[in-house]
This record gives sequence, structure tokens and C-alpha cells, in this order.
Amino acid sequence: MTAQDHTAQDGTGAFIRLAFANRSFLAGFVITVLIAAMALLSFVWTPYDVTAIEMGQRMRGLSWVHPFGTDHFGRDILSMIMVGSRNSIAVAIVAVVIGMGLGVPLGCWAAARGGWVDEALMRFNDLVFAFPALLSAIMITAIFGPGALNAIIAIGIFNVPVFARVARAGALSLWPREFILAARAAGKGKTLITLEHILPNIASMLLVQGTIQFALGILAEAGLSYVGLGTQPPMPSWGRMLFDAQTRMMVAPHLALFPGMAIVVTVLGLNLLGDGLRDVLDPKLRRER
Amino acid sequence: MIAYILKRLSIGIATLIVASIVVFSVLEIVPGDPAQLMLGMNATEDALAALREQMGLNQPLVMRYLDWAGGLLRGDFGQSFTYSSPVIDLIAERAAVSLPLAVIALVMSTAIAIPVGLFAASRRGKAGDAVAMGAAQFGVAVPNFWFALILIYVFAVWLRLVPAGGFPGWEAGLWAGVKALLLPAIALALPQAAILARVTRSALLEVLGEDYIRTARAKGMPRRSVLWRHALRNAMIPVLTILGLQFAFLLAGTIIIENVFYLPGLGRLVFQAITQRDLIVVEGVVMLLVASVIIVNVIVDLCYALVDPRLRTR
Repeated sequence: MTAQDHTAQDGTGAFIRLAFANRSFLAGFVITVLIAAMALLSFVWTPYDVTAIEMGQRMRGLSWVHPFGTDHFGRDILSMIMVGSRNSIAVAIVAVVIGMGLGVPLGCWAAARGGWVDEALMRFNDLVFAFPALLSAIMITAIFGPGALNAIIAIGIFNVPVFARVARAGALSLWPREFILAARAAGKGKTLITLEHILPNIASMLLVQGTIQFALGILAEAGLSYVGLGTQPPMPSWGRMLFDAQTRMMVAPHLALFPGMAIVVTVLGLNLLGDGLRDVLDPKLRRER
Repeated sequence: MIAYILKRLSIGIATLIVASIVVFSVLEIVPGDPAQLMLGMNATEDALAALREQMGLNQPLVMRYLDWAGGLLRGDFGQSFTYSSPVIDLIAERAAVSLPLAVIALVMSTAIAIPVGLFAASRRGKAGDAVAMGAAQFGVAVPNFWFALILIYVFAVWLRLVPAGGFPGWEAGLWAGVKALLLPAIALALPQAAILARVTRSALLEVLGEDYIRTARAKGMPRRSVLWRHALRNAMIPVLTILGLQFAFLLAGTIIIENVFYLPGLGRLVFQAITQRDLIVVEGVVMLLVASVIIVNVIVDLCYALVDPRLRTR
């Protein structure tokens, strides 16, 4: 066990106290928990059935019966936003898992091996960065047709080099440190050192990057669904709701209001959470404030 | 310096080649026979065989790739079967909308972001900083296409200052064209500016903590000159990096925003091509966009050498 590992364990209580004293973290945490709760609630209860079409109730304004109004099929907007949230969250989370699952091992491997492995990884990063999620999604859709899976794959692929970069940078800064040298002198192999010492010490950086990519994933999913490359109807999604709202903006501008606000609040919450986490986890930045 | 430039250029070219292989092979695994797709279900076997021969579909994969890549280099992107015109002509026509849009948006976002970042960094911890960064935090979270819808509602539907969408063509005059691109450019630029302003601020704050800044201040250099002459210049490296990465997002954003404003750009072209399964058009547009991202990033890397004299002497 290293000194770092000990402080991390003893400091859990202190960390929680510090975190909740950070306004940015607190605000982000509250928003994120509320959105997550909304998504979970949608599995068991929504005010209305999102597949129930009621033409007599088309494009109603705000009311007690339909707090956010109804869409062009008479579906309840609040219910659609609730169900849409779980789509957005699912796509973004899986994309982050793909990015972390492939990117972190790649980054750690490159940092441990150095040489041509490292060079190859950096070139691979350059290559993937040239394919923004939208372009990948366009290609995937051209082959397999549109669907939520495209969005996940396209955003996930773009996440890989992001996490590889963060993991590599973090690992590279750790390898020359004394506690790593001590572990090497004790005869531990590079894989074991990476698992036991490198990973725990870059975990906080990865966590912060994870919240950022999560937020970007929500935005990207909304964009892909908006242009018809992501989640397909009748499954409600925030991006698709905005697309449907666009042509009806003259008569019912509120249709565009709530899905957009849902995206903004979710992304804002995650970004605040990430900023707060970074402040709390990075003592250097904390001192500077 | 020359070694650095050569290294960057060769890496850029190698990346371009690999990217072209990726684009080619991805669209090569598309299920279905392109010849069948073009001629429809009722085509005779002879007609199919003739078309396959004409399209070079009988050749081995490697030959087809070399054919295609060689064509790209000569500016021959193939023939679209839905428009029955060369893909390069379609792209050139549509790029006349997309490229000015991306450039206006890029200029706008830089022109907003750098002063805001400077302002926030110079008033760090004060009310001005908090307001600017609060706005930026909000701007980062706003999807550009939703922002576009709001802009359309306010400026086109409500105030009736600009058209809600469509493009009159450059023949209608420079101003008419620019006017049609104004709202789309703002919609693209503001969320990007928010990101860039945050990066500019944090890069500046990092630089402002350096010893040479303290030295410059100690020798009596005015605050303003320190900020502009020493700090901003040194903070440009991370800012340039983000600008380069943002270009990719800007292109992607352009494709989405064109759909909001019904602009006849590359984005509309590629989506129509997808629905009509005109894959050669998809291939051409994707390759062009990927290539421009790679080229911009090479240019950014070369700009480092201009900004950072240490790289020049290397």
C-alpha cells in the first residue's frame, strides 16, 4: 500500500464534507440526482402513456392536466420528457463505458510500454479525432440504417481517444514517482503496478472526465436524434421532440421549450458536478482559488 | 523547425491515408449490391453484369481502393446516381454554403471568446468573472440546434428581421447570402464561444501564475501590457489546440444547423444521400470533412511553431 492509497481511504469522510461545501458540486449533485430519479421513476410511473395517441388533445398549452402541454399526437410532453431522459442517459452512459473500457487500458498500456506502442496510440488518437461522432453516425447509418445503437457506437468510439489521452497523461506523470520506483524495485511487473498503483491514482481524473463525456454524450445523442440518426420514434427522445416541434413553432412554441430545457438542465448539472469534483479532487487547483 | 514541420506533415498525410482506408472499407461492407440498387429489382442479369463491369465492381478490393483514392487526388469523387452528376460538382455547389457558414461561425466564436476569457481572467474572483463564467457554463450546456430554434422564433417569427430559413444563393448578392447565414452562424458560434472562453480563461490563469509574469509586473510593466504581451501569447497553445478540435465539432454542427435552417449545404446533401442510399455521395462528403479536420489540425500544429519560439529552434 502506498501513502496515497492511505490518505484516499482515511479521507473519505473529509472528501464528502469538502465536496458538499463546494457550491458547484452541490448544485451539480442535486440536479444530477433529480434527473436520475426522474429517469428511474419513468420505468414505473409516468403521468400518461407515451404511446397513447389522443388526437382530440393535440398541441394543448400548459394546464393542470398536462403541465407541459401535449404534442401533435396529443401525447403528454412531461411523460415524453421523463421517458426521453432515460434514453439520453442510457446512450451517454454506455458510450462513456465503451470509451473508458477501451481507452483507459490503451492509455495505461501506452504509458507503461512507451516507445512505438505509445507513438501508435497517439497516431490512433489523431485518426479517431478526425471522425466526430456525427460523421461516424452518418457512416454507420448509411450501412445499417438509423437506430439508437448507432448513437451509442458513434459517441462511444469518439470517447475512446479522450479517455486514452487522460489515462496516458496521468500514468506518464506517475511512472517516475518514488512509490512506483519502490514497487518496481520490489520486483513487481508493469501490469501489476498499473493495476495496484497507477489506476487508483488516476481514478479521480477519469471520474472528472467521465462526467464531462457524459454531458457531451447527452448533447451528441440529442443532436443525432434531432437529425434522425439516433433514437427512433415512437420511442420518445429529447432531440426528436425538438425536431417535431420545429415545424409547429408558429402555432405551439412551447413544444420546443421543454425538451430543450431538459437537455440544458441535465448537461448543466453534469458539468457543474464535474467542475466541482475537479476542484475537490485536485488540491493544487483548490489552493489557487 | 524544418524537421518539426516535416514530421507534422508526414503524420498528417499518413493519417489521411488511414482515414481514407477506414471510410472506404466501412462503406464497402454495406449489405446489398450497388448495381442492383442503381438499376432496381427488375434489372436483367446482363444489364447488372455490364454495370458491375463499368463500375469496376469485379476488380479486387485493393484495386478498387487505389482507383477510388487516386480519383480523390485528381478531384474525381465518382458519379452520383440519384443526381446523375459528378459528386465533386455536388460538393462544390454545397460547400459554397457550408464553408462560409463554418468560417463565419469560427471567426464569430473566436472574436467573442478571447475577449471574454481575457476579461474574466483579469477580473478573477470578482463579480465580472462570475457573470462571464456563469454565462459560459450555461452556454456550454445549450445544444446549438435548440439555440437555433430560439433564434428563429425571436428574430424571424417574432421580430421578422431575418428569414426563418432557406438560402437565396450567392447570385442574389453578397448581403442577401450573408443575411441568410447570420442566424445559423450565431447559433453555431455561441456554444463554441462558451467553451473557448473557459479554455482561454483557465489557460491565462495558469500563465499568470508563472514567474516571468511576476518579473514583468515587478519591473513596472503595466497590467494591461503584461496581459496582452506576455500572458495571452503564452496562453495561445491550449487555446489553439481547442480551436483545432472545435473545427471538427463546428463541421458536425454545420451539418445539423443546416437542417434547422433548410440551408442547401453539405449536411443536407449527405442526409438526402443517406435516405436515397446514394453511398458514393456519402463517401465523398465524409471523406472531405474528415480530410478537412485532419488538415486543420496539421495547420494548428504548425501554428504552435509560430506562437512558441522554442519549437522554431528545435
